[in-house]
Amino acid sequence: MADAAFLALTVITIGSAIAALEMRSLIYGSIALMGTLGGIAGFFFLLDAPFVALFQLAVYVGSIAVLILFTVMLVKRELIFKMIEDRRRKFAGIGLMLIIMVSLGAVFLDSGIKTITTDELAVDFRDIGKNFVTYYWPALILMGLVLAGSVTGALVLARREDVEDDQRTN
Amino acid sequence: MTNELIDFTLVSVAMLAIGIYGLAVKRNFIRMLFAVEIIINAANLNLVAFGRFLPHAGGQTMALFSIAIAAAEVAVGLSLIIVAYRMYQNVDIADFRSLKG
Repeated sequence: MADAAFLALTVITIGSAIAALEMRSLIYGSIALMGTLGGIAGFFFLLDAPFVALFQLAVYVGSIAVLILFTVMLVKRELIFKMIEDRRRKFAGIGLMLIIMVSLGAVFLDSGIKTITTDELAVDFRDIGKNFVTYYWPALILMGLVLAGSVTGALVLARREDVEDDQRTN
Repeated sequence: MTNELIDFTLVSVAMLAIGIYGLAVKRNFIRMLFAVEIIINAANLNLVAFGRFLPHAGGQTMALFSIAIAAAEVAVGLSLIIVAYRMYQNVDIADFRSLKG
C-alpha cells in the first residue's frame, strides 16, 4: 500500500504535468514542467536512488528547465499566451489518453507485477559507478561524444548567419 | 518498502498517457517538447523502479544514461525551435511542414 509521501508526489507530478501542457502561458507551463521533473526526483528518493535523484535535480530541474524557460522568453509575447489547438482534436486526444491509461493500467494490474515486493537492501551507488567504468565504458565514451556533438550541433544551428563578426563583438 | 512496484508503474503509465495526449493535441513546438520530456521521465521512473525491486544496479545506470541523452536532445530541440522561429516568426508546427527555408 502506498504511503502519504508517495500520494503527495503523485498529485504534484501528475498535476503539474497536466498544468505544463494546459496552462495558457508558456512561462507558467515551463515552471509547471519543473514541478513534474522535481516530483520525479522525489520518486527517485522514495526508490532509494538518491544518486539518480540528485542527477535528475541537477540536470533536469537545474539546466534543462531553465534552458526551456529562456527559449520561451525569446519567443514573441503574443505567441507565449496563444493556445494553438483544434477543439475536436482535443477531445480525440483526451479519449486517446484515457484509452491508453485504462488499457495499459489494466494490463499491468492483471500481470505478475502486482505481486512483486522486496525486502532486500537498495543498490549501492558504488555499484553504479563500477558498472559505468567496467561493463558500460564504451557506452559512457559514446555518450560523451554524443553530448559533445549535440552541443556543437546546437550552437551551429542557433548561430546567426546574417550577423557579421565585427557586429557580434559590438 | 511500503510502496509497491505496481504503484510506480501506474504513475508512469499515467505520465506516458499525458505525454501522448500532448503530442497528439498540441501544435506548439515548445509544448510538444514538454510532452516528450514527460514521456522520457515516465520511462526513467520505470527503469529506476524495476531496478529497485529486482534489485539490480542496471536500472539506475540506464536511467543515468537516459537523463544525459535527454539533455542532448533538449539542446538540439531548442536550437531547432530557435531556427524555425527565426525563419517563420511562429512556433506552430503546421507552418514547419515545408523545411525548404
